[in-house]
Amino acid sequence: MAVEITGPKVLFTIGPVVVTNTIVTSWVIIALIVAVCYWLTKDLKPVPETKKQIVAEKLVSMVYDLTDSTMGKKWRNFAPYVAALFAYSFVSSMSGLTGVRAPTSDLSIILAMALVTFTMIQVTGIKAKGFWGHFKKFLNPLNLISEIATPVSMTFRHFGNIAAGVVITTLLYAALAYFSTVILNLIPISFIQQIPVLQVGLPAFLSIYFDVFTSFLQAYIFIMLTMVYVSMAED
Amino acid sequence: MERAIVLAASAIGAGLSMIAGIGPGIGQGYAAGKAAEAVGRQPEAKGDITSTMLFGCAVAESTGIYGLVVAMILLFANPLIGKL
Repeated sequence: MAVEITGPKVLFTIGPVVVTNTIVTSWVIIALIVAVCYWLTKDLKPVPETKKQIVAEKLVSMVYDLTDSTMGKKWRNFAPYVAALFAYSFVSSMSGLTGVRAPTSDLSIILAMALVTFTMIQVTGIKAKGFWGHFKKFLNPLNLISEIATPVSMTFRHFGNIAAGVVITTLLYAALAYFSTVILNLIPISFIQQIPVLQVGLPAFLSIYFDVFTSFLQAYIFIMLTMVYVSMAED
Repeated sequence: MERAIVLAASAIGAGLSMIAGIGPGIGQGYAAGKAAEAVGRQPEAKGDITSTMLFGCAVAESTGIYGLVVAMILLFANPLIGKL
């Protein structure tokens, strides 16, 4: 029995642009997040009357509290970026629950997120210390390596955790399918033998760890590291 | 023949690269033990301790994840076969 573990599948190409299934999923997720944000912030009142406005205000104040406690009050305008990163990363990783390939198990998508953060670190450094003031630390080549290691390690940490979940879940499904055929071969009806009985229920426990816990943790780590690195670039 | 040697060596290399999992295991266990100690000493700070521990664990995990990425590259996207 063949176990097929592949990367994201290429659906079609537009000129030089390759569109994979993770890119399509990620656009759907972006549209979903935008729609939810639009729905939550529609006709707001000065004093909240509806439940959805209370939820929206709670979410916004949670993000503000997080940035305040990690980066300080003057970094408040950084909060929308943090919230966007968190929402995208979390919803992307959770989308693995619906059976599609999670966009965060694609290296390119995480790399894009990490490069945005990397650009932000450099821009913050240049803004705070001037062009030469920021780049003179690269006269020591070790600093150059550690600077480049930042986005690489962020990418690999997030990608590795989610992709490991995908690989292990695939292996578990294959193993459970095999074991259920072994057990059901005792019944001499070929229709029943095809049903992978053991796949019901058992992977859910693994899914709680890999899809729910890891998704939340990695999204949290990603935004925490982003905030720490950006606020560190200033001094 | 060459292909078989490269494939076998890649499989062994993928297995060997997962030795990197030992380090994060020890480190995270140590962090979790210290966190349990801290909760025992100061139970009211449980929330802060837990979030700090999870953050530290996830950062300590990265060397293990590098090993995993190397193993996955060797198994699923082997760059060495193209060099034959």
